[in-house]
Amino acid sequence: MSAMVEAVGVRKTFGDLEVLRGIDMTVATGQVVCVVGPSGSGKSTFLRCINHLEEPQAGRIRVDGELIGYEEVGGRLRVLPEARLCRQRQSIGMVFQRFHLFPHRSAVENVMEGPVTVKGRRRERAREEALALLDRVGLADRAHHYPAQLSGGQQQRVAIARALAMAPKLMLFDEPTSALDPELVGEVLQVIKDLAADGMTMIVVTHEMGFAREVGDHLVFMDDGVIVEQGPPRDVLRSPRHDRTRAFLSKVL
Amino acid sequence: MSSTNLPPATAAPTGRGAEGEHEDLTIRATHPPRPGRWLAALVAGLALVWVGWSIAVNPNLHWDVVVDYQFDAVVLQGLWVTIQLTVISMVLGVLIGVVAALMQISDSRILRTAALAYVWFFRGTPLLVQLIFWFNLGLIFPEFSLGIPFDGPKLASWSTNAIITGFVAALLGLTINEGAYMSEIVRAGLKSVDPGQQEAAESLGMPHRKVMLRVVLPQAMRVIVPPTGNQFISMLKTTSLVSVIAGADLLTVSQRIYLTNFEVIALLIVASIWYLVLTTVASIGQHFIERRFSRGYGTSVPLDRRIGSNLLFRRRRSADRP
Ligand SMILES: Nc1ncnc2c1ncn2[C@@H]1O[C@H](COP(=O)(O)OP(=O)(O)OP(=O)(O)O)[C@@H](O)[C@H]1O
Ligand SMILES: [Mg+2]
Repeated sequence: MSAMVEAVGVRKTFGDLEVLRGIDMTVATGQVVCVVGPSGSGKSTFLRCINHLEEPQAGRIRVDGELIGYEEVGGRLRVLPEARLCRQRQSIGMVFQRFHLFPHRSAVENVMEGPVTVKGRRRERAREEALALLDRVGLADRAHHYPAQLSGGQQQRVAIARALAMAPKLMLFDEPTSALDPELVGEVLQVIKDLAADGMTMIVVTHEMGFAREVGDHLVFMDDGVIVEQGPPRDVLRSPRHDRTRAFLSKVL
Repeated sequence: MSSTNLPPATAAPTGRGAEGEHEDLTIRATHPPRPGRWLAALVAGLALVWVGWSIAVNPNLHWDVVVDYQFDAVVLQGLWVTIQLTVISMVLGVLIGVVAALMQISDSRILRTAALAYVWFFRGTPLLVQLIFWFNLGLIFPEFSLGIPFDGPKLASWSTNAIITGFVAALLGLTINEGAYMSEIVRAGLKSVDPGQQEAAESLGMPHRKVMLRVVLPQAMRVIVPPTGNQFISMLKTTSLVSVIAGADLLTVSQRIYLTNFEVIALLIVASIWYLVLTTVASIGQHFIERRFSRGYGTSVPLDRRIGSNLLFRRRRSADRP
Protein backbone atom coordinates (compact mmCIF):
# COMPACT_ATOMS: atom_id res chain seq x y z
CA MET A 1 0.00 0.00 0.00
CA SER A 2 1.33 3.46 -0.86
CA ALA A 3 1.90 6.13 1.78
CA MET A 4 -0.54 9.04 1.87
CA VAL A 5 1.47 10.92 4.47
CA GLU A 6 5.19 10.70 5.00
CA ALA A 7 6.66 12.97 7.67
CA VAL A 8 10.35 12.84 8.45
CA GLY A 9 12.19 14.68 11.24
CA VAL A 10 9.62 17.45 11.68
CA ARG A 11 10.77 20.13 14.11
CA LYS A 12 8.95 23.25 15.18
CA THR A 13 9.92 25.90 17.71
CA PHE A 14 8.00 28.92 18.96
CA GLY A 15 10.70 31.31 20.12
CA ASP A 16 12.70 29.30 22.64
CA LEU A 17 10.03 26.64 23.05
CA GLU A 18 10.73 23.48 21.10
CA VAL A 19 7.28 22.08 20.47
CA LEU A 20 8.09 19.34 17.94
CA ARG A 21 11.43 17.62 18.31
CA GLY A 22 11.74 15.37 15.31
CA ILE A 23 8.47 13.67 14.38
CA ASP A 24 8.46 10.77 11.90
CA MET A 25 5.14 9.41 10.79
CA THR A 26 3.87 7.38 7.88
CA VAL A 27 0.19 6.98 7.11
CA ALA A 28 -0.81 4.48 4.47
CA THR A 29 -3.64 5.26 2.08
CA GLY A 30 -6.95 4.36 3.67
CA GLN A 31 -5.45 4.15 7.13
CA VAL A 32 -6.84 5.85 10.25
CA VAL A 33 -4.15 7.03 12.63
CA CYS A 34 -5.20 8.25 16.04
CA VAL A 35 -2.87 10.59 17.92
CA VAL A 36 -3.12 10.88 21.69
CA GLY A 37 -1.02 12.62 24.29
CA PRO A 38 -1.12 15.12 27.13
CA SER A 39 -2.01 18.78 26.59
CA GLY A 40 0.86 20.79 25.15
CA SER A 41 2.62 17.75 23.71
CA GLY A 42 2.46 19.23 20.19
CA LYS A 43 -0.39 17.21 18.62
CA SER A 44 -2.17 20.21 17.14
CA THR A 45 1.07 21.78 16.01
CA PHE A 46 2.03 18.64 14.12
CA LEU A 47 -1.37 18.40 12.48
CA ARG A 48 -1.14 22.07 11.43
CA CYS A 49 2.27 21.45 9.91
CA ILE A 50 0.74 18.85 7.60
CA ASN A 51 -1.39 21.46 5.80
CA HIS A 52 1.22 24.15 6.34
CA LEU A 53 -0.83 26.34 8.66
CA GLU A 54 2.41 26.19 10.66
CA GLU A 55 5.82 26.29 8.98
CA PRO A 56 8.17 23.72 10.48
CA GLN A 57 11.83 24.66 10.99
CA ALA A 58 13.10 21.28 9.87
CA GLY A 59 11.89 18.05 8.33
CA ARG A 60 9.96 17.08 5.23
CA ILE A 61 6.26 16.34 4.95
CA ARG A 62 4.91 14.67 1.85
CA VAL A 63 1.23 14.11 1.13
CA ASP A 64 0.51 11.70 -1.69
CA GLY A 65 4.13 12.01 -2.71
CA GLU A 66 4.14 15.81 -2.91
CA LEU A 67 6.37 17.89 -0.66
CA ILE A 68 4.15 20.27 1.34
CA GLY A 69 4.89 23.99 1.27
CA TYR A 70 8.17 23.86 -0.65
CA GLU A 71 9.68 22.69 -3.87
CA GLU A 72 13.14 21.39 -4.49
CA VAL A 73 14.99 23.39 -7.10
CA GLY A 74 18.55 22.32 -7.83
CA GLY A 75 18.91 20.61 -4.46
CA ARG A 76 17.63 23.64 -2.53
CA LEU A 77 14.22 24.32 -1.03
CA ARG A 78 12.08 27.15 -2.28
CA VAL A 79 8.81 28.33 -0.74
CA LEU A 80 5.88 27.34 -2.95
CA PRO A 81 3.98 30.12 -4.70
CA GLU A 82 0.65 30.78 -2.99
CA ALA A 83 -1.46 29.25 -5.76
CA ARG A 84 0.34 25.93 -5.49
CA LEU A 85 0.18 25.81 -1.70
CA CYS A 86 -3.54 26.47 -2.00
CA ARG A 87 -3.87 23.58 -4.42
CA GLN A 88 -2.09 21.30 -1.94
CA ARG A 89 -4.40 22.41 0.84
CA GLN A 90 -7.46 21.61 -1.26
CA SER A 91 -6.66 17.94 -1.02
CA ILE A 92 -6.21 18.05 2.77
CA GLY A 93 -9.41 18.56 4.77
CA MET A 94 -9.15 19.89 8.31
CA VAL A 95 -11.65 19.84 11.13
CA PHE A 96 -11.03 21.99 14.18
CA GLN A 97 -11.81 21.54 17.84
CA ARG A 98 -13.86 24.73 17.87
CA PHE A 99 -15.55 24.13 14.46
CA HIS A 100 -14.71 27.57 13.00
CA LEU A 101 -17.77 27.61 10.77
CA PHE A 102 -18.32 30.90 8.95
CA PRO A 103 -20.95 32.52 11.18
CA HIS A 104 -22.31 34.82 8.47
CA ARG A 105 -23.20 31.93 6.18
CA SER A 106 -25.85 29.25 6.56
CA ALA A 107 -24.92 25.58 6.83
CA VAL A 108 -25.29 24.95 3.11
CA GLU A 109 -23.41 28.16 2.27
CA ASN A 110 -20.57 27.05 4.56
CA VAL A 111 -20.30 23.80 2.66
CA MET A 112 -20.52 25.54 -0.74
CA GLU A 113 -17.90 28.15 0.09
CA GLY A 114 -14.85 26.07 -0.82
CA PRO A 115 -16.11 24.62 -4.11
CA VAL A 116 -17.45 28.01 -5.26
CA THR A 117 -14.59 30.33 -4.32
CA VAL A 118 -11.67 27.94 -4.63
CA LYS A 119 -12.67 25.51 -7.34
CA GLY A 120 -14.88 27.89 -9.31
CA ARG A 121 -17.90 25.57 -9.21
CA ARG A 122 -21.20 26.96 -10.46
CA ARG A 123 -23.39 27.89 -7.52
CA GLU A 124 -26.32 25.68 -8.51
CA ARG A 125 -24.12 22.64 -8.85
CA ALA A 126 -22.22 23.42 -5.63
CA ARG A 127 -25.51 23.80 -3.76
CA GLU A 128 -26.73 20.40 -4.90
CA GLU A 129 -23.48 18.78 -3.87
CA ALA A 130 -23.49 20.61 -0.53
CA LEU A 131 -27.03 19.44 0.20
CA ALA A 132 -26.01 15.89 -0.59
CA LEU A 133 -23.08 16.17 1.82
CA LEU A 134 -25.28 17.62 4.54
CA ASP A 135 -27.61 14.70 4.00
CA ARG A 136 -24.67 12.35 4.41
CA VAL A 137 -23.83 13.83 7.83
CA GLY A 138 -27.52 13.71 8.77
CA LEU A 139 -28.27 17.42 8.52
CA ALA A 140 -30.42 17.72 5.41
CA ASP A 141 -33.10 19.48 7.45
CA ARG A 142 -30.68 22.05 8.90
CA ALA A 143 -29.24 23.32 5.59
CA HIS A 144 -30.57 26.84 5.97
CA HIS A 145 -29.74 27.33 9.63
CA TYR A 146 -26.91 29.63 10.63
CA PRO A 147 -24.15 28.16 12.80
CA ALA A 148 -25.44 30.06 15.85
CA GLN A 149 -28.74 28.19 15.46
CA LEU A 150 -27.10 24.75 15.52
CA SER A 151 -25.92 22.60 18.42
CA GLY A 152 -22.21 21.93 18.82
CA GLY A 153 -22.53 18.45 17.40
CA GLN A 154 -24.46 19.73 14.40
CA GLN A 155 -21.91 22.51 13.84
CA GLN A 156 -19.08 20.01 13.86
CA ARG A 157 -20.89 17.80 11.36
CA VAL A 158 -21.35 20.82 9.08
CA ALA A 159 -17.62 21.51 9.47
CA ILE A 160 -16.87 17.95 8.39
CA ALA A 161 -19.17 18.35 5.39
CA ARG A 162 -17.43 21.63 4.54
CA ALA A 163 -14.06 19.87 4.50
CA LEU A 164 -15.42 16.94 2.49
CA ALA A 165 -16.83 19.31 -0.14
CA MET A 166 -13.30 19.83 -1.42
CA ALA A 167 -13.05 16.08 -2.08
CA PRO A 168 -9.85 15.72 -0.03
CA LYS A 169 -7.50 12.75 -0.14
CA LEU A 170 -6.68 13.16 3.52
CA MET A 171 -8.65 14.40 6.51
CA LEU A 172 -7.10 15.90 9.64
CA PHE A 173 -9.20 16.04 12.80
CA ASP A 174 -7.95 18.07 15.76
CA GLU A 175 -9.89 16.91 18.81
CA PRO A 176 -13.20 17.06 16.91
CA THR A 177 -15.29 16.19 19.96
CA SER A 178 -13.46 17.97 22.78
CA ALA A 179 -15.67 21.05 22.69
CA LEU A 180 -18.90 19.05 22.73
CA ASP A 181 -21.32 18.13 25.48
CA PRO A 182 -20.99 14.40 26.23
CA GLU A 183 -24.32 13.47 24.68
CA LEU A 184 -23.28 15.08 21.36
CA VAL A 185 -19.93 13.27 21.01
CA GLY A 186 -21.47 10.12 19.59
CA GLU A 187 -23.12 11.70 16.55
CA VAL A 188 -19.81 13.28 15.43
CA LEU A 189 -17.78 10.12 16.02
CA GLN A 190 -20.35 8.19 14.00
CA VAL A 191 -19.75 10.46 11.00
CA ILE A 192 -16.00 9.93 11.31
CA LYS A 193 -16.52 6.17 11.61
CA ASP A 194 -18.58 6.17 8.42
CA LEU A 195 -15.79 8.04 6.67
CA ALA A 196 -13.29 5.44 7.85
CA ALA A 197 -15.55 2.70 6.52
CA ASP A 198 -15.60 4.49 3.15
CA GLY A 199 -11.82 4.25 3.08
CA MET A 200 -10.86 7.87 3.83
CA THR A 201 -7.29 8.36 5.04
CA MET A 202 -7.40 10.21 8.35
CA ILE A 203 -5.27 11.49 11.20
CA VAL A 204 -7.41 12.00 14.27
CA VAL A 205 -6.13 13.73 17.39
CA THR A 206 -8.50 12.58 20.10
CA HIS A 207 -9.03 11.87 23.76
CA GLU A 208 -11.68 9.26 22.99
CA MET A 209 -9.79 6.03 23.66
CA GLY A 210 -12.80 3.88 22.84
CA PHE A 211 -12.97 5.47 19.42
CA ALA A 212 -9.23 5.00 18.91
CA ARG A 213 -9.53 1.33 19.75
CA GLU A 214 -12.56 0.73 17.58
CA VAL A 215 -11.78 2.83 14.50
CA GLY A 216 -8.03 3.44 14.56
CA ASP A 217 -5.67 1.25 12.57
CA HIS A 218 -2.71 2.74 14.33
CA LEU A 219 -2.24 4.64 17.57
CA VAL A 220 0.47 7.22 18.18
CA PHE A 221 1.28 8.48 21.66
CA MET A 222 3.03 11.86 21.70
CA ASP A 223 4.61 13.56 24.66
CA ASP A 224 6.81 16.63 24.86
CA GLY A 225 7.27 16.95 21.11
CA VAL A 226 8.25 13.37 20.34
CA ILE A 227 6.46 10.15 19.50
CA VAL A 228 6.99 8.02 22.57
CA GLU A 229 5.19 4.89 21.47
CA GLN A 230 3.04 3.63 18.64
CA GLY A 231 1.41 0.49 17.37
CA PRO A 232 -1.96 -1.18 16.94
CA PRO A 233 -4.42 0.65 19.25
CA ARG A 234 -5.41 -2.49 21.17
CA ASP A 235 -1.80 -3.32 22.01
CA VAL A 236 -0.79 0.17 23.01
CA LEU A 237 -3.88 0.66 25.14
CA ARG A 238 -3.78 -2.77 26.77
CA SER A 239 -0.06 -3.11 27.39
CA PRO A 240 1.83 0.16 27.01
CA ARG A 241 5.58 -0.29 27.08
CA HIS A 242 6.65 3.16 28.27
CA ASP A 243 6.16 4.68 31.67
CA ARG A 244 5.00 7.95 30.16
CA THR A 245 2.34 6.17 28.11
CA ARG A 246 1.22 4.23 31.16
CA ALA A 247 1.01 7.39 33.25
CA PHE A 248 -1.04 9.16 30.59
CA LEU A 249 -3.40 6.26 29.97
CA SER A 250 -4.00 5.75 33.66
CA LYS A 251 -5.31 9.33 33.76
CA VAL A 252 -7.61 9.19 30.73
CA LEU A 253 -8.93 5.63 30.80
CA MET B 1 -72.64 29.14 56.77
CA SER B 2 -70.49 26.27 55.87
CA SER B 3 -68.15 26.45 52.90
CA THR B 4 -67.11 22.85 52.87
CA ASN B 5 -69.57 21.84 50.18
CA LEU B 6 -68.83 24.71 47.81
CA PRO B 7 -66.71 23.95 44.77
CA PRO B 8 -63.38 25.80 44.60
CA ALA B 9 -63.60 29.27 43.04
CA THR B 10 -61.25 28.40 40.20
CA ALA B 11 -61.70 25.08 38.52
CA ALA B 12 -58.94 22.68 39.46
CA PRO B 13 -57.49 20.54 36.66
CA THR B 14 -59.67 17.55 36.14
CA GLY B 15 -58.45 14.08 35.46
CA ARG B 16 -58.87 14.44 31.67
CA GLY B 17 -56.02 15.49 29.31
CA ALA B 18 -53.33 17.63 30.90
CA GLU B 19 -52.95 20.05 27.97
CA GLY B 20 -55.31 22.98 27.71
CA GLU B 21 -57.00 22.26 30.97
CA HIS B 22 -55.01 24.80 33.00
CA GLU B 23 -56.44 28.16 33.84
CA ASP B 24 -54.98 31.03 31.80
CA LEU B 25 -51.57 31.78 33.35
CA THR B 26 -50.65 34.75 31.12
CA ILE B 27 -49.04 37.48 33.21
CA ARG B 28 -50.81 40.81 32.99
CA ALA B 29 -49.44 42.43 36.08
CA THR B 30 -49.81 46.14 36.74
CA HIS B 31 -47.03 48.26 38.16
CA PRO B 32 -47.29 49.91 41.57
CA PRO B 33 -47.83 53.67 41.27
CA ARG B 34 -44.72 55.68 40.40
CA PRO B 35 -45.45 59.29 41.37
CA GLY B 36 -41.81 60.37 40.88
CA ARG B 37 -41.90 59.22 37.29
CA TRP B 38 -45.17 60.91 36.54
CA LEU B 39 -43.89 64.16 37.98
CA ALA B 40 -40.68 63.99 35.95
CA ALA B 41 -42.65 63.24 32.80
CA LEU B 42 -44.98 66.16 33.49
CA VAL B 43 -42.08 68.58 34.05
CA ALA B 44 -40.26 67.38 30.93
CA GLY B 45 -43.44 67.59 28.87
CA LEU B 46 -44.21 71.10 30.04
CA ALA B 47 -40.63 72.22 29.39
CA LEU B 48 -40.80 70.78 25.87
CA VAL B 49 -44.08 72.51 25.10
CA TRP B 50 -42.80 75.80 26.51
CA VAL B 51 -39.57 75.68 24.50
CA GLY B 52 -41.46 74.68 21.36
CA TRP B 53 -44.04 77.42 21.84
CA SER B 54 -41.47 80.13 22.54
CA ILE B 55 -39.58 79.16 19.40
CA ALA B 56 -42.63 78.84 17.20
CA VAL B 57 -44.20 82.17 18.08
CA ASN B 58 -40.97 84.10 18.62
CA PRO B 59 -41.10 87.20 16.37
CA ASN B 60 -37.28 87.46 16.35
CA LEU B 61 -36.89 84.15 14.58
CA HIS B 62 -38.43 85.23 11.28
CA TRP B 63 -40.01 81.90 10.36
CA ASP B 64 -41.33 83.44 7.17
CA VAL B 65 -37.72 84.00 6.03
CA VAL B 66 -36.87 80.41 6.94
CA VAL B 67 -39.75 79.19 4.79
CA ASP B 68 -38.67 81.46 1.92
CA TYR B 69 -35.11 80.19 1.88
CA GLN B 70 -35.61 76.51 2.74
CA PHE B 71 -35.91 75.61 -0.96
CA ASP B 72 -33.96 78.54 -2.36
CA ALA B 73 -31.96 77.59 -5.46
CA VAL B 74 -28.65 78.76 -3.97
CA VAL B 75 -29.29 76.85 -0.75
CA LEU B 76 -30.20 73.71 -2.70
CA GLN B 77 -27.01 74.12 -4.72
CA GLY B 78 -25.02 74.23 -1.45
CA LEU B 79 -26.93 71.21 -0.17
CA TRP B 80 -25.98 69.31 -3.32
CA VAL B 81 -22.29 70.22 -2.85
CA THR B 82 -22.42 69.03 0.76
CA ILE B 83 -23.97 65.71 -0.28
CA GLN B 84 -21.38 65.23 -3.04
CA LEU B 85 -18.44 66.07 -0.78
CA THR B 86 -19.71 63.76 1.96
CA VAL B 87 -20.56 60.77 -0.20
CA ILE B 88 -17.47 60.90 -2.40
CA SER B 89 -15.01 61.52 0.41
CA MET B 90 -16.60 58.82 2.59
CA VAL B 91 -16.60 56.21 -0.18
CA LEU B 92 -13.00 56.95 -1.11
CA GLY B 93 -12.04 57.32 2.56
CA VAL B 94 -13.43 53.87 3.35
CA LEU B 95 -11.53 52.35 0.42
CA ILE B 96 -8.30 54.02 1.50
CA GLY B 97 -9.02 52.95 5.07
CA VAL B 98 -9.44 49.30 4.06
CA VAL B 99 -6.21 49.37 2.07
CA ALA B 100 -4.28 51.10 4.86
CA ALA B 101 -5.67 48.65 7.45
CA LEU B 102 -4.69 45.65 5.33
CA MET B 103 -1.23 47.22 4.94
CA GLN B 104 -0.97 47.59 8.71
CA ILE B 105 -1.56 43.89 9.29
CA SER B 106 0.54 42.69 6.36
CA ASP B 107 3.76 40.73 6.67
CA SER B 108 5.77 43.42 4.92
CA ARG B 109 7.53 45.82 7.26
CA ILE B 110 7.67 48.50 4.57
CA LEU B 111 3.90 48.39 3.98
CA ARG B 112 3.25 48.45 7.73
CA THR B 113 5.53 51.43 8.25
CA ALA B 114 4.04 53.34 5.32
CA ALA B 115 0.48 52.82 6.61
CA LEU B 116 1.51 53.76 10.12
CA ALA B 117 3.19 56.97 8.94
CA TYR B 118 0.09 57.89 6.91
CA VAL B 119 -2.24 57.43 9.86
CA TRP B 120 0.16 59.21 12.20
CA PHE B 121 0.47 62.27 9.98
CA PHE B 122 -3.09 62.75 8.84
CA ARG B 123 -4.70 62.07 12.20
CA GLY B 124 -2.09 64.16 13.92
CA THR B 125 -2.55 67.44 12.04
CA PRO B 126 -5.69 69.62 11.91
CA LEU B 127 -7.99 69.01 8.97
CA LEU B 128 -8.20 72.76 8.42
CA VAL B 129 -4.45 72.93 7.86
CA GLN B 130 -4.62 69.98 5.48
CA LEU B 131 -7.40 71.62 3.46
CA ILE B 132 -5.47 74.87 3.11
CA PHE B 133 -2.37 72.88 2.18
CA TRP B 134 -4.12 71.01 -0.63
CA PHE B 135 -5.71 74.20 -1.93
CA ASN B 136 -2.28 75.85 -2.08
CA LEU B 137 -0.47 72.87 -3.51
CA GLY B 138 0.46 75.04 -6.51
CA LEU B 139 2.75 77.11 -4.29
CA ILE B 140 4.91 74.05 -3.61
CA PHE B 141 4.53 72.07 -6.83
CA PRO B 142 3.65 74.58 -9.55
CA GLU B 143 3.03 71.91 -12.14
CA PHE B 144 2.09 68.28 -12.53
CA SER B 145 3.89 66.24 -15.15
CA LEU B 146 3.78 62.77 -16.55
CA GLY B 147 7.13 61.19 -17.35
CA ILE B 148 10.28 59.83 -15.74
CA PRO B 149 10.62 60.84 -12.08
CA PHE B 150 13.67 62.66 -10.62
CA ASP B 151 13.92 65.33 -13.35
CA GLY B 152 13.79 62.85 -16.22
CA PRO B 153 12.11 63.71 -19.54
CA LYS B 154 8.45 64.70 -19.33
CA LEU B 155 5.67 63.60 -21.61
CA ALA B 156 3.13 66.18 -20.54
CA SER B 157 2.57 68.66 -17.77
CA TRP B 158 -0.26 70.75 -16.38
CA SER B 159 -0.46 73.73 -14.10
CA THR B 160 -1.34 72.57 -10.59
CA ASN B 161 -3.73 75.45 -10.06
CA ALA B 162 -5.76 74.36 -13.07
CA ILE B 163 -6.26 70.90 -11.60
CA ILE B 164 -6.66 71.70 -7.92
CA THR B 165 -9.90 73.64 -7.90
CA GLY B 166 -11.62 74.40 -4.61
CA PHE B 167 -13.79 71.32 -4.99
CA VAL B 168 -10.86 69.03 -5.81
CA ALA B 169 -8.81 70.40 -2.92
CA ALA B 170 -11.78 69.87 -0.60
CA LEU B 171 -12.19 66.28 -1.80
CA LEU B 172 -8.48 65.55 -1.45
CA GLY B 173 -8.34 66.97 2.05
CA LEU B 174 -11.51 65.28 3.31
CA THR B 175 -10.78 61.92 1.66
CA ILE B 176 -7.20 61.57 2.80
CA ASN B 177 -8.03 62.69 6.31
CA GLU B 178 -11.03 60.34 6.48
CA GLY B 179 -8.95 57.43 5.18
CA ALA B 180 -6.63 57.77 8.17
CA TYR B 181 -9.52 57.54 10.65
CA MET B 182 -11.23 54.77 8.70
CA SER B 183 -8.08 52.67 8.63
CA GLU B 184 -8.12 52.54 12.44
CA ILE B 185 -11.79 51.59 12.43
CA VAL B 186 -11.23 48.87 9.83
CA ARG B 187 -8.18 47.58 11.69
CA ALA B 188 -10.19 47.22 14.89
CA GLY B 189 -12.83 45.35 12.89
CA LEU B 190 -10.30 42.98 11.36
CA LYS B 191 -8.78 42.30 14.76
CA SER B 192 -12.21 41.42 16.16
CA VAL B 193 -12.53 38.40 13.86
CA ASP B 194 -11.47 35.08 15.40
CA PRO B 195 -8.13 33.98 13.85
CA GLY B 196 -9.68 30.52 13.55
CA GLN B 197 -11.85 31.88 10.73
CA GLN B 198 -8.80 32.69 8.67
CA GLU B 199 -7.30 29.26 9.34
CA ALA B 200 -10.52 27.49 8.42
CA ALA B 201 -10.63 29.39 5.12
CA GLU B 202 -6.94 28.74 4.44
CA SER B 203 -7.37 25.05 5.12
CA LEU B 204 -9.97 24.97 2.32
CA GLY B 205 -7.23 26.20 0.00
CA MET B 206 -8.47 29.78 -0.28
CA PRO B 207 -5.85 32.29 -1.37
CA HIS B 208 -5.12 35.12 1.06
CA ARG B 209 -7.01 37.74 -0.95
CA LYS B 210 -10.20 35.69 -0.94
CA VAL B 211 -9.80 34.83 2.73
CA MET B 212 -9.88 38.55 3.44
CA LEU B 213 -12.68 39.46 1.02
CA ARG B 214 -15.01 36.52 1.61
CA VAL B 215 -14.42 35.53 5.21
CA VAL B 216 -12.65 38.15 7.33
CA LEU B 217 -13.98 41.47 5.98
CA PRO B 218 -17.67 40.48 5.96
CA GLN B 219 -17.40 39.52 9.61
CA ALA B 220 -15.37 42.61 10.45
CA MET B 221 -18.17 44.72 8.93
CA ARG B 222 -20.30 44.10 11.99
CA VAL B 223 -17.74 46.01 14.02
CA ILE B 224 -16.87 48.49 11.27
CA VAL B 225 -20.33 49.71 10.27
CA PRO B 226 -21.54 51.49 13.44
CA PRO B 227 -18.48 53.78 13.85
CA THR B 228 -18.47 54.34 10.09
CA GLY B 229 -22.05 55.58 10.30
CA ASN B 230 -20.81 57.94 12.98
CA GLN B 231 -18.02 59.12 10.70
CA PHE B 232 -20.51 59.69 7.89
CA ILE B 233 -22.77 61.81 10.04
CA SER B 234 -19.81 63.71 11.35
CA MET B 235 -18.54 64.20 7.79
CA LEU B 236 -21.85 65.78 6.73
CA LYS B 237 -21.03 68.64 9.06
CA THR B 238 -17.25 68.58 8.71
CA THR B 239 -17.66 69.46 5.03
CA SER B 240 -18.55 72.99 6.18
CA LEU B 241 -14.84 73.46 6.95
CA VAL B 242 -14.21 73.77 3.22
CA SER B 243 -15.56 77.33 3.38
CA VAL B 244 -11.93 78.37 4.02
CA ILE B 245 -10.95 77.23 0.53
CA ALA B 246 -13.86 78.73 -1.33
CA GLY B 247 -15.97 75.61 -1.21
CA ALA B 248 -19.66 76.22 -1.81
CA ASP B 249 -21.22 73.80 0.67
CA LEU B 250 -24.53 74.26 2.47
CA LEU B 251 -23.23 76.24 5.43
CA THR B 252 -20.99 78.45 3.28
CA VAL B 253 -23.78 79.48 0.91
CA SER B 254 -26.09 80.15 3.86
CA GLN B 255 -23.44 82.42 5.33
CA ARG B 256 -23.06 84.20 2.02
CA ILE B 257 -26.78 84.83 1.93
CA TYR B 258 -27.00 86.22 5.46
CA LEU B 259 -24.02 88.49 4.84
CA THR B 260 -26.18 90.28 2.28
CA ASN B 261 -29.63 90.16 3.90
CA PHE B 262 -28.59 90.03 7.61
CA GLU B 263 -31.06 87.20 8.38
CA VAL B 264 -28.34 85.37 10.34
CA ILE B 265 -30.51 83.23 12.59
CA ALA B 266 -33.07 82.40 9.92
CA LEU B 267 -30.46 81.14 7.49
CA LEU B 268 -28.65 79.15 10.14
CA ILE B 269 -31.99 77.50 10.91
CA VAL B 270 -32.47 76.76 7.20
CA ALA B 271 -29.06 75.10 7.06
CA SER B 272 -29.60 73.21 10.32
CA ILE B 273 -32.93 71.82 9.11
CA TRP B 274 -31.17 70.44 6.04
CA TYR B 275 -28.37 68.97 8.15
CA LEU B 276 -30.97 67.27 10.34
CA VAL B 277 -32.70 65.86 7.27
CA LEU B 278 -29.40 64.51 5.95
CA THR B 279 -28.31 62.96 9.25
CA THR B 280 -31.74 61.38 9.70
CA VAL B 281 -31.57 59.79 6.26
CA ALA B 282 -28.02 58.65 7.03
CA SER B 283 -29.06 57.00 10.31
CA ILE B 284 -31.86 55.14 8.61
CA GLY B 285 -29.38 53.90 6.00
CA GLN B 286 -27.06 52.85 8.80
CA HIS B 287 -29.80 50.75 10.41
CA PHE B 288 -30.30 48.87 7.14
CA ILE B 289 -26.60 48.27 6.59
CA GLU B 290 -26.12 47.09 10.16
CA ARG B 291 -28.93 44.62 9.74
CA ARG B 292 -27.42 43.35 6.52
CA PHE B 293 -24.13 42.54 8.22
CA SER B 294 -25.56 41.01 11.37
CA ARG B 295 -26.85 38.02 9.40
CA GLY B 296 -26.21 34.83 11.30
CA TYR B 297 -25.79 36.51 14.67
CA GLY B 298 -29.43 36.25 15.67
CA THR B 299 -29.53 39.65 17.33
CA SER B 300 -31.02 41.77 14.59
CA VAL B 301 -34.18 43.54 15.61
CA PRO B 302 -36.28 44.48 12.59
CA LEU B 303 -35.65 48.05 11.50
CA ASP B 304 -39.23 49.28 11.65
CA ARG B 305 -39.49 48.17 15.23
CA ARG B 306 -36.13 49.60 16.24
CA ILE B 307 -36.73 53.02 14.76
CA GLY B 308 -40.26 52.98 16.06
CA SER B 309 -39.28 52.05 19.56
CA ASN B 310 -36.22 54.28 19.62
CA LEU B 311 -37.67 57.47 18.29
CA LEU B 312 -41.40 57.41 18.87
CA PHE B 313 -42.21 55.48 21.96
CA ARG B 314 -39.17 54.16 23.74
CA ARG B 315 -40.55 51.36 25.83
CA ARG B 316 -39.01 48.46 27.58
CA ARG B 317 -39.86 45.34 25.63
CA SER B 318 -37.44 42.79 26.92
CA ALA B 319 -39.88 40.02 26.08
CA ASP B 320 -39.67 40.95 22.39
CA ARG B 321 -35.94 40.61 22.12
CA PRO B 322 -34.67 37.33 20.76
N1 LIG C 1 1.42 30.12 17.94
C1 LIG C 1 2.07 29.71 19.05
N2 LIG C 1 2.97 30.52 19.64
C2 LIG C 1 3.64 30.12 20.74
N3 LIG C 1 3.47 28.93 21.33
C3 LIG C 1 2.59 28.07 20.79
C4 LIG C 1 1.84 28.42 19.63
N4 LIG C 1 1.05 27.37 19.32
C5 LIG C 1 1.28 26.42 20.24
N5 LIG C 1 2.21 26.84 21.12
C6 LIG C 1 2.75 26.05 22.23
O1 LIG C 1 3.18 24.82 21.72
C7 LIG C 1 2.93 23.78 22.64
C8 LIG C 1 2.20 22.66 21.95
O2 LIG C 1 0.92 23.15 21.57
P1 LIG C 1 -0.14 22.22 20.85
O3 LIG C 1 -1.34 23.06 20.65
O4 LIG C 1 0.46 21.61 19.66
O5 LIG C 1 -0.41 21.11 21.94
P2 LIG C 1 -1.51 19.97 21.94
O6 LIG C 1 -0.79 18.68 22.10
O7 LIG C 1 -2.39 20.13 20.78
O8 LIG C 1 -2.30 20.26 23.28
P3 LIG C 1 -3.87 20.22 23.57
O9 LIG C 1 -4.22 18.81 23.90
O10 LIG C 1 -4.03 21.11 24.76
O11 LIG C 1 -4.58 20.74 22.36
C9 LIG C 1 2.16 24.39 23.80
O12 LIG C 1 3.05 24.58 24.87
C10 LIG C 1 1.69 25.70 23.25
O13 LIG C 1 1.65 26.65 24.27
MG1 LIG D 1 -4.41 20.73 20.48
